[in-house]
Amino acid sequence: MLEEIGTTEQGDLIINVGPQHPATHGVLHLVITLNGETIKKVDPHLGYIHRSIEKMCESLTYRQFIYVTSRMDYLSSHINNHGCALVVEKGVQIEVPARAQVIRVLMDELTRVASHLLWWGAMAMDVGAITPFFHAFREREMINDIMEETCGARLTMNYMVPGGVMADIHPDFQRKVKEFVTEFKSKIDEYDELVTGNIIFQSRMKGVGFISKEDAISYGCSGPVARASGVSCDIRKWYPYDCYSQLKFEEVIRTEGDSYARYLVRMEEMRQSLNIIDQLIDAIPEGEFQAKTKAVLKLPKGEFYTMVETARGEFGVYVVSEGGTTPYRIKFRSPGFSNLSALDHMSVGGKIGDLVATMGTLDLVIPDIDR
Amino acid sequence: MGFLGEYIRTVYKSVASLLKGMKMTGYYFTHHKEIITQEYPDNRDTLILPERFRGEVVMPHTESNEHRCTGCTACELACPNGTIKIITKFEVSPEGKKKKAIDTFIYHLELCTMCNLCIVACPTDAIKMAQSFEHSVYKRADLTKVLNKPGSKLMEGVE
Ligand code: SF4
Ligand code: SF4
Repeated sequence: MLEEIGTTEQGDLIINVGPQHPATHGVLHLVITLNGETIKKVDPHLGYIHRSIEKMCESLTYRQFIYVTSRMDYLSSHINNHGCALVVEKGVQIEVPARAQVIRVLMDELTRVASHLLWWGAMAMDVGAITPFFHAFREREMINDIMEETCGARLTMNYMVPGGVMADIHPDFQRKVKEFVTEFKSKIDEYDELVTGNIIFQSRMKGVGFISKEDAISYGCSGPVARASGVSCDIRKWYPYDCYSQLKFEEVIRTEGDSYARYLVRMEEMRQSLNIIDQLIDAIPEGEFQAKTKAVLKLPKGEFYTMVETARGEFGVYVVSEGGTTPYRIKFRSPGFSNLSALDHMSVGGKIGDLVATMGTLDLVIPDIDR
Repeated sequence: MGFLGEYIRTVYKSVASLLKGMKMTGYYFTHHKEIITQEYPDNRDTLILPERFRGEVVMPHTESNEHRCTGCTACELACPNGTIKIITKFEVSPEGKKKKAIDTFIYHLELCTMCNLCIVACPTDAIKMAQSFEHSVYKRADLTKVLNKPGSKLMEGVE
């Protein structure tokens, strides 16, 4: 099939999807070369929402730069903040109190569920089902309310600070999280009934957007995208941070490598997150929620790198310090960028109608890609 | 014949799984336990936001027009966006001693990202987050606010 496409040079159609297109979930611009309905090339054009966050961070102190990272992958803002807090703690060598570690992990997992919920609703809408979107938002609203109560904001929380968390959990936090977990456990089965088991949905997903294990590694895919191709890459397992090493959970791996596998990995990850929340919610240790730190933080001269597992994959923070109060250079490794680069490989040879479904399973957040 | 049988089976299975989904939709259509949509702005009077919600930075004043801000500019330094600008002056007390105090506490709401860093930085808890969120105005200049009220003084005993 591939050779046949390569030979027909004339009559190729070039179309633009985006930058203002509902299916690209943001200002992503795809230039697609088509032969009839078959995709020959997908060329993502970036930069429409570039805010030069990395450069901005160079002029901010180590306490200030964390809040900007909420604006990158805004659906995993807690986890982004977590990664940045970890790099500062690594540099200054701050010991994070046990209570803060547990609160952070709880927040991370709630964020992961919320992010996957939004993905699930949007994904189903991409392939033509409207109802799941409302179901997903109904449950996500419960998480947002929990966040609003404890962190003070619904999307860009800036709750993780070097040394712990900004404020202690709200007195209602444990009760509300338990309520949510109980409710959501029954809801996620409903989701399976509504979408996962649907034959029409399955036939749109199975065998579509295939990427092999080797290709997933060479494109630098991470997160659910790589795990659906059989790559074991969960940072929480391989390089555990905070209290992840003491938790029991499974790394969800599938080997099919198609859109349906990516879908199933995320559905199972939500269950694993609930499992982690279950383990921790009654075991929040007493103590400080923030370590005592100096008013002005200075990282020693050198290079520091930490990584965390966001809802989309590996998020890395690389800091070069000259010993001052602001970083000399900051580089973020965002999962969305590498996952997007595999889109071309996944969709070439497929039909244009499947592109949106494939893109949906990549769970792209454009500000995370552009930064 | 085999092909036709397979085809009919697929159609049957698709319709069955579709109906299963529709059944659930129908269930929710007829059993709305509670209405989850909030009819804003009709519910403005009953709307309660959590006390930690970050809407805007305010400086609470007591009834006798006193605040707790000493003019130390810790919040100005903590702010990542240059949202806060503090102009200080020297007050001469009746005994003839000079003391630093705030003249104007300028707050640019249009630049604020509600990151809470200034609130955390303040040593005397002089500022806090308010729950107001309806910030739209007709002129951009209206978003620049002076937080200390005219004629206000530093509260006794706050250093
Ligand atoms: S909330 Fe953040 S951006 Fe707003 S004034 Fe305070 S420090 Fe500045
Ligand atoms: S508000 Fe607080 S931190 Fe800011 S100048 Fe006044 S006392 Fe200092």
